[in-house]
Amino acid sequence: MSYYAFIGAVESGFVYGLMVLGVYLTFRVLDFPDLTVDGSLPLGAAVASVAITAGVPPYIAIILAMGAGFLAGMVTGILNTKFKILHLLASILTMIALYSVNIRIMGRPNMTLLGKPTVLDPLEALGIPSSLAPLTLFGTIAIIVVCGLIWLLHTEWGQAMLATGDNPQMITSQGVDTNIVIILGVGLSNALVALSGALVCQSQGAADVNMGVGTIVAGLASVIVGETVFGHRGVARPLIAALLGSIVYRLAIALALGLELGAFSVTPSDLNLITAILVVVALVSPQIKAKVMSRAHS
Amino acid sequence: MGKLRIIICALAFVLVASVAMAEDYTVSVSQIVEHPALDATRQGFMDYLEEQGLDVKYNVHIAQGNIATANQIANQIMDEDPDLVLAIATPTAQACAQRIHETPVIATAVTDFVGAGLVKSMDKPGGNVTGMTDMTPMDKHLDLMLEFVPDATAVGVIYNAGEDNSVTLVKFLRDACEAKGVKLEEATIQNSSGVLQAARSLVGKVQAIYIPTDNTVVTALESAMKVAHENHIPLFSGDTDSVERGTLASLGFDYYNMGRQTGEMAFRILKEGANPADMPVETLQDLSLWVNKDAAEKMGVTIPEAVLDRADTVLE
Repeated sequence: MSYYAFIGAVESGFVYGLMVLGVYLTFRVLDFPDLTVDGSLPLGAAVASVAITAGVPPYIAIILAMGAGFLAGMVTGILNTKFKILHLLASILTMIALYSVNIRIMGRPNMTLLGKPTVLDPLEALGIPSSLAPLTLFGTIAIIVVCGLIWLLHTEWGQAMLATGDNPQMITSQGVDTNIVIILGVGLSNALVALSGALVCQSQGAADVNMGVGTIVAGLASVIVGETVFGHRGVARPLIAALLGSIVYRLAIALALGLELGAFSVTPSDLNLITAILVVVALVSPQIKAKVMSRAHS
Repeated sequence: MGKLRIIICALAFVLVASVAMAEDYTVSVSQIVEHPALDATRQGFMDYLEEQGLDVKYNVHIAQGNIATANQIANQIMDEDPDLVLAIATPTAQACAQRIHETPVIATAVTDFVGAGLVKSMDKPGGNVTGMTDMTPMDKHLDLMLEFVPDATAVGVIYNAGEDNSVTLVKFLRDACEAKGVKLEEATIQNSSGVLQAARSLVGKVQAIYIPTDNTVVTALESAMKVAHENHIPLFSGDTDSVERGTLASLGFDYYNMGRQTGEMAFRILKEGANPADMPVETLQDLSLWVNKDAAEKMGVTIPEAVLDRADTVLE
């Protein structure tokens, strides 16, 4: 893999890593499979692009985007807890609703940001080359968010969130309202996903209503790859693993894009298949290793 | 020493001459998704450059409909350091325009260049991006439909409200319908599996159905054709590839020809050193009229003599 593809993959790994951290919060911490993300990623992009086009400073725009994502997540949480709709279905409902909402927000399905101010401008003004600026900024934000989440999960509220996913009966008996924890937790998760979307559209030059397609697949694959490769014990470790998992996932795609296997000709349409195979290899290699090790010991 | 110098000079000359004669160009292609119209565009582009005698190495990337991947492809292309980038469809063009600032980018099969932020103006793009728009003259398409069903009071259109191109096209179709006093029934879908239901929703309300050059609907064209056959509704399309697949007629957008004209623009940049900043965004010069007799029979429609007489291609 060559320079720009590598830099680009790590950059994508960081920026989508924010989304992966959101998916980790719902999927692993709250035990709440949340498909809202396919809608809240473009929601973040839509809000940010409309705000920036209207003249709002880009850094304020990403905060507005996070607010919108938080609300979207809360809707899913409320549908689930207050209206007793199965979590998977509740999130699908919010996701499909967001498709229409996003087009309403932008007034069209695709909104360009080419030539508009972005969060990257201050970095480029500092003299950081435009190929490295997104990597630097997204890396910094991702690391700040990881640290913030590690802190949060150590607070009383964070512990309640961990317990809500682990053992809801126990935590309810201790007087914690799990419904509130779920609503706020899913909200927080989607705020991170929307942040990811708000940053992606600025590095990519446009917000598009279809940019969320496959977000949950990438999110889950990154969480699982991260767990397998970097471990999942404790509070801090799985969060760092999720972020690193996102980078590994994007590197796998970059690898698949540049793959040439000589005589066996790989066509561009094989990309999804190759990506899937690379992820499967990442998933099963530790198991195979464990088997070989145990056989060697016996 | 003298002899050696002459030999070295001769060798150097041969080397330089052969390099100059090889005419090696690299073109990187970023395409959002594979479907017949977009593939035909790419083929037309390649065929044109080959006929002009250009020896081109192509790096073809397809994003499988995923915008995150389209972005990564733009990075990949930066590494390939091509002489020219061909971006097919709006999202891939935007991803390339955002990352690639030095290399000329030719975007094609994009409807609204200015709206997508790719160029400053159609006449004077101003940057490293220019190309060809696939904007269809919607008033001419409506006229064609009305030639088949002169007393139509309503026509239907199926499109993905999430595709910027289609939204723009339907806006123009709406204007054209208004001018003619025809009602426009819109059926929107989110993915290709919704086409069947959308087509059914139009049955009984409209006397003709139009399928614009919409990536999502064109993927599942057969579903709409099925409904047109069962209910004897004439089904028209925005592109001629779809006529081959079984729509009744189109005033064609032949994507293959669009690819060729795009290739001609690339030729001017590669061979003649033209600057994309000064090359106006082009539209397809000749529209061709395609009709499908077999489809007419299945849809219970008679093709007007006037249309048959001037058709460029009549499929049996």
